[in-house]
Amino acid sequence: MSTTQALCVAAADGMELDVMRLRADFPILSREVNGKPLVYLDNAASSHMPRPVIETWEQYYTTIHSNVHRGVHTLSQLATDAFENARETIRGFLNARESREIIFVRGATEAINLVMHGYGRAFIGAGDEIILSVMEHHANIVPWQMLCKEKGAKLRIIPMSDAGELLQDEYHALFNEHTRFVAITQVSNALGTINPVKEMIAYAHERGVPVLVDGAQAAPHAVVDVQDLDCDFYALSGHKMCGPTGAGVLYGKADLLNKMQPFQGGGDMILHVTFEETIYNEIPYKFEAGTPAIASAIGLGAAVDYLNGIGMSRIAAYEQRLLAYAADRISAMPGVRIIGTAKHKAAVVSFTIDGVHPHDIGTVLDQEGIAIRAGHHCAQPVMQRFCVAATARASFAFYNTLDEVDVLVDGIRKVQEMFS
Amino acid sequence: MSAYKELYQQVILDHNKKPRNYGDLSDANRQADGFNPLCGDRIHLSLHLDGDRIDGIAFQGESCAICKASSSMMTASVKGKTIEEAEMLIQEFRDMTTGKLDTEHAEHHLGKLTVFSGISDLPSRVKCAILPWHTLHSAFAASGTVSTEGDADPVKDSNA
Repeated sequence: MSTTQALCVAAADGMELDVMRLRADFPILSREVNGKPLVYLDNAASSHMPRPVIETWEQYYTTIHSNVHRGVHTLSQLATDAFENARETIRGFLNARESREIIFVRGATEAINLVMHGYGRAFIGAGDEIILSVMEHHANIVPWQMLCKEKGAKLRIIPMSDAGELLQDEYHALFNEHTRFVAITQVSNALGTINPVKEMIAYAHERGVPVLVDGAQAAPHAVVDVQDLDCDFYALSGHKMCGPTGAGVLYGKADLLNKMQPFQGGGDMILHVTFEETIYNEIPYKFEAGTPAIASAIGLGAAVDYLNGIGMSRIAAYEQRLLAYAADRISAMPGVRIIGTAKHKAAVVSFTIDGVHPHDIGTVLDQEGIAIRAGHHCAQPVMQRFCVAATARASFAFYNTLDEVDVLVDGIRKVQEMFS
Repeated sequence: MSAYKELYQQVILDHNKKPRNYGDLSDANRQADGFNPLCGDRIHLSLHLDGDRIDGIAFQGESCAICKASSSMMTASVKGKTIEEAEMLIQEFRDMTTGKLDTEHAEHHLGKLTVFSGISDLPSRVKCAILPWHTLHSAFAASGTVSTEGDADPVKDSNA
């Protein structure tokens, strides 16, 4: 694959994605690791920030930093405006009806915990059932397990095929009169599978069951429209979509958020406090106790602006090309097995090499400057399903190139030579 | 050649492919399991003590090359030794891999095990190398399961 071919890829809309120009926006991509150019293929764990996001962060701290929603002074107003503008930007990105449906949290993990505490503890009780899928990240398993333990509720698990696709008939069969909640991931972090969440949500809604979608791996890579999906809750992490760590989002339908109990108590989430009683603030503030990660939230707004500037459908189309090329090349290698071969996948390639532990793969590739994830990807039930202790995972972003896929393939060959 | 390559080439070409003392010990009177939840390394160690002397030792499990090679070399080096001598090696190995023992200048009893000094180039892999040693220590105390995380974190212990 020539560099020129790699640089200009015709996207679905006929526009070309100038990857080399985009890469220049990411300072970290030009560094070396272990004397080799960095090939960063761990985007499902965390992605990198382009200059406009870094500059927004810096500008916030050098010109307007102050606390939000407090005080009458100018800086506080500027900080509040920037923070609320970020909320509005994210509302548009997700196509939520109202910006008060956008709650700033630390990340998808906190978003799910918020729903478990605010909705689950209020509306799920003894004997009730919660449906999850076998491919959930631990963040969408453990909070529900904690709730079940506390309330005497039960988890029901949607199984998957050998390709890593959720079995829809089995999903339907899990519903009964005790079903109270569904929590599923839109894209599997370990396998890359894209789940048909819109249809799954519709099925649950026909039975009056609300649905939380874990969008941590979907929002960075595809157009998300929460009204079209009709999900009740949607969780995402900013640092996986070119934003800073420390800011993520919970989207929730306003009527549900209004019915829910607060998550944490403190400042900003109240209207009036006496020692006898507290009157809670309106949404979204009811769920944003204490000083939020202001700079991170504003940075996430800038990241969304950046992604919108490229266009999510163009990003998705380009990443599909990366995936197809990587899957073709890696699956053609003898002794390499790809885990997760669903028909609809995001640009994630989980693999194992015969006779080599994934940790050793990770170490050898790291010496070549290639950053991948090796381990269970916080999805141990997925590893158990495929009878592996761990996998190596290459996860791509729009700033990766086809040439980098070639570097990865050469790296895998080096691992095999070393262990042959 | 970098320490990383030297370590990999020496341990992989030999102990990863042909681990010594691999399997279970039928007459074991001490055993322990070691688990590294970060990478999924799991080893089972069984030994036979004659008084305070290790006259039999075997390991098995699923682990990365570094953990396997470390297990293999450990079993070979402690066989025939007393608990006290083995405990000294455990301490020295731990000190070496966490950078507290300079094997080139300080006195030690590690012999061929010094190949693992290169692990300090790979901080994320130190626990892989220490796991079998930590498990051996636990087998002396009683049968049980040890983990590389939490209160039982060998790296944390040694930095304390």
